[in-house]
Amino acid sequence: MQPITQNQSKISVKNLNFYYGKFHALKNINMEIPENQVTAFIGPSGCGKSTLLRTFNRMFELYPEQRAEGEIVLDGENLLTSKQDVALIRAKVGMVFQKPTPFPMSIFDNIAFGVKLFENLSKSEMEERVEWALHKAALWNEVKDKLQQSGSGLSGGQQQRLCIARGIAIKPEVLLLDEPCSALDPISTAKVEELIIELKQDYTVVIVTHNMQQAARCSDFTAYMYLGDLMEFGQTEQMFFKPQRKETEDYITGRFG
Amino acid sequence: MSDTKEQMFEKRRKVNQMAIALSMGAMAFGLVWLVWILWDTIILGIGGLNLSTFTEMTPAPNDAGGLANAIYGSFIMVGLATLIGTPIGILAGIYLAEYSPKSFLSNVTRFVNEILLSAPSIVIGLFVYNLVVATTKTFSGWAGVIALALIVIPVVIRTTENMLLLVPAGLREAAYALGTPKWKVIVGITLKAASSGVVTGILLAVARISGETAPLLFTALNNQFWNSSLSGPVASLPVTIFKFAMSPYQNWQELAWAGVFLITVAVLGLNILARLLTRPQS
Repeated sequence: MQPITQNQSKISVKNLNFYYGKFHALKNINMEIPENQVTAFIGPSGCGKSTLLRTFNRMFELYPEQRAEGEIVLDGENLLTSKQDVALIRAKVGMVFQKPTPFPMSIFDNIAFGVKLFENLSKSEMEERVEWALHKAALWNEVKDKLQQSGSGLSGGQQQRLCIARGIAIKPEVLLLDEPCSALDPISTAKVEELIIELKQDYTVVIVTHNMQQAARCSDFTAYMYLGDLMEFGQTEQMFFKPQRKETEDYITGRFG
Repeated sequence: MSDTKEQMFEKRRKVNQMAIALSMGAMAFGLVWLVWILWDTIILGIGGLNLSTFTEMTPAPNDAGGLANAIYGSFIMVGLATLIGTPIGILAGIYLAEYSPKSFLSNVTRFVNEILLSAPSIVIGLFVYNLVVATTKTFSGWAGVIALALIVIPVVIRTTENMLLLVPAGLREAAYALGTPKWKVIVGITLKAASSGVVTGILLAVARISGETAPLLFTALNNQFWNSSLSGPVASLPVTIFKFAMSPYQNWQELAWAGVFLITVAVLGLNILARLLTRPQS
């Protein structure tokens, strides 16, 4: 494994503080998310890992009582103060949620929906794109004969892979996954994990997970968070075998959390 | 001394049986009247129904005729009222659910809408009489359309808002996470997800106004003849039924029953359609 400094960083978080109303949820976070690697956020419920993830695409802005201070630098630009339309940031930084959220339309349209927002494709180009995204998400073989059927007719695991396909169809640079497997059975989970490992060739992946084994299996870097603080951040291997802090070790070995 | 497990279970079983018996009784009581009403409507309605009901105008007492002008008038007025009321109601519902659910303006709108929703329809009729009929100096179909639209609007506002609020927040977030602009999230995702509920609300509003008499009594009034223009008095089924049913003439009474039958079938059809649309898709 390479040391953390040799990977080019895709997102730099600098002095990030986050508030839900008056509650101080993230305390002075500083970290570098490496490019084309999988970074996992772990920690007990309420520690701020999802909150941190949701600052990367300014998702928190949907709720007026939430605010972030500090810097999140993506490709040299601070996302929090960017004059860019937030839609363009979200096109660059895709997100998949905990619960599968197929849109109320056909499988094909579920994927075409996002693509149509940013690109004018001909019918055949769109068909190609949809097939490409479904291949990427390892779902093509299961749905190729029923692309016009409703997306909600799929199983939970298939729906989640549909959501991942929808996310990568618009060709983002970063993919945020917020506990993508917590509603899935072990077989679907294994498929999604394989997918995550493959996706890092093209994307920078950040995954929030409650499942320590999952972090160990599919991430290159791991961040352990506790009560809004980033306790430790480093290569996954090192975090799991030789954590530097006792708290991290306690959490990973299950003595706490 | 406390009861043993068996005694407690026995007690609970008896209470359970009593509760079931009472609710079955209440259901039977309700059903008896409903079946009776439907029975009378079908028997008397079908008796008064024939081809001329649909082709001939409302007759003079003790003369042959039909309900063609009333059916046509009802159809046009209900249709136009729905066309006018539905977009206003859907847009207002979208504002309440999606744009500013907690603002002062929304709370006031919601409160006023509740009042409008429970306002007796005769009040709405009188209001439109004062507003339209008194100023234009003539009863008119348009006045009837406005009165009916005023009944449609609050129903559609309420169902649209409620149905949009039922759409899970996760779906909205997922749409925003793709970089979707707000209007597109609403039109393409949330309204689409809520569409069957919204359509049901519209159908129920249509069902409600197709039987309303009071708001038409002094707005569209009535007309014994065919009138395809809405700027004069227009006949409608409910008002014709009201007039004919209270008359001493047997042919009028029979036509009133035929009209009742037609409205019942139409409302029943709309309700079934609404049911089919909200049925969870397998």
